[in-house]
Amino acid sequence: MDYDFNFAAVWRNFDLLLSGLGLGLVLALVSIAIGCVIGLFTAFGMLSKHRLLRWAAHGYVSAIRNTPILVLILFTFFALPQLGLRLGKIESFIVTLAVYSGAYLTEVFRSGLVALPPGLREAGLTIGLTELGTKVRITIPIMFRNVLPALGNNFISLFKDTSLAAAIAVPELTFHARKINVETFRVIETWLVASLMYVFACAIIAALLRRVERHLAIPG
Amino acid sequence: MSVPVLEITNLHKRFGDVEVLKGIDLTMQRGDVVSLIGSSGSGKTTLLRCVNLLEDYEEGIVAVAGEQIGYRQQNGRRVRLREREIARQRAMTGMTFQHFNLFPHMSAIRNVMLGLVRTRKMPKDEAYATAETWLDRVGMKDRKDHFPGQLSGGQQQRVAIARAIAMNPELMLFDEVTSALDPELVSEVLAVVKGLAADGMTMLLVTHEMQFAHDVSDRVVFMQDGRIGEEGPPDTLFHNPKSERLAAFLKSSKF
Repeated sequence: MDYDFNFAAVWRNFDLLLSGLGLGLVLALVSIAIGCVIGLFTAFGMLSKHRLLRWAAHGYVSAIRNTPILVLILFTFFALPQLGLRLGKIESFIVTLAVYSGAYLTEVFRSGLVALPPGLREAGLTIGLTELGTKVRITIPIMFRNVLPALGNNFISLFKDTSLAAAIAVPELTFHARKINVETFRVIETWLVASLMYVFACAIIAALLRRVERHLAIPG
Repeated sequence: MSVPVLEITNLHKRFGDVEVLKGIDLTMQRGDVVSLIGSSGSGKTTLLRCVNLLEDYEEGIVAVAGEQIGYRQQNGRRVRLREREIARQRAMTGMTFQHFNLFPHMSAIRNVMLGLVRTRKMPKDEAYATAETWLDRVGMKDRKDHFPGQLSGGQQQRVAIARAIAMNPELMLFDEVTSALDPELVSEVLAVVKGLAADGMTMLLVTHEMQFAHDVSDRVVFMQDGRIGEEGPPDTLFHNPKSERLAAFLKSSKF
């Protein structure tokens, strides 16, 4: 292969790529935080003794999980305004990723809750805690520790999904890379640098999550 | 006579179509130590779990210190109490479990403190001191900062006893307190329970340790098929069983 690598055009625009990466991280963080709350409630909904709650939770998870995220992004941004709900592109994307991650995290949390020995809840009740108190003090903290590895996997996967926000012109990393590519025609260099930036960011996220895992590990 | 600590009247409990308790009557006065014995499936553990409403019951009355547990009568109908009321009532009794059920993410002392702080609304330093006193009492003070995963079964069960008793309950419920323990760890736990009995704690125990039941109890209740088969002082029950069922059970339990 005879190709002259020339990264000058990419480096000239590197600040754009960096700001795009930063925005992607913020989008992921906010969406996943909201998604965690949704997922926790839905997981309890799935395990509820009330049939209506179970149905609603199952309905939400199947509807969202069985739709490609790109379709959800386009639907929220283009179709919802027709129905009277107009959101800016960033808000629209956060809503989409939050709802989407909520469905996946529901399954993560549900599996964590199912795996807990029932005696823990009972022990909480016998010292006079309410069902809610038992969840807050005992069930959720233990479940959360147990699902951290699975949670980390989802975090990384969802962070990479922020690249799809380029489809509605959210100025994140992929959006800027595409722009630089079109303006400079340095195809290989642009996408190589963008890819490495994703890899680097994901490696840092993974390392941070491992630290959290170690920090929260239950001794013994 | 003062109000009984525990008064069970005509208690019935069903799991689906199966009636596991078929009319139980049992009264305990302050300081009584009663052991429930019987083969598995006879309803001992279910009876214990009805006392603090870990199991709902369909018929009859369970009353602790004169207060009906879990339900009230309204216009002749039984109405389940609110969640918060039930939580308050549950804290009138303390319970230990076969598998200890310590909270694995908390140190021993934090296990004991949780109920004191959250349920009894004790200030943290007072709760710490109380928890420390009880851990000392069960011989676990030097391990107070250990997590359950770092303790042996016998040590975990002793922390679990401290957790229950620190709440100062009217009545202690022990569900097969030594069944999950290695034989060499049984005695350290039984010694703690005997000590509590000697202190005058009111206790209802489910146990497979016949010698222990004999030594610690004021009264022994033999359960069979969801009913009380025989009931009496340990010497009478163990040495002069009236029914063949009890005689056979004692023989199979190598008493």
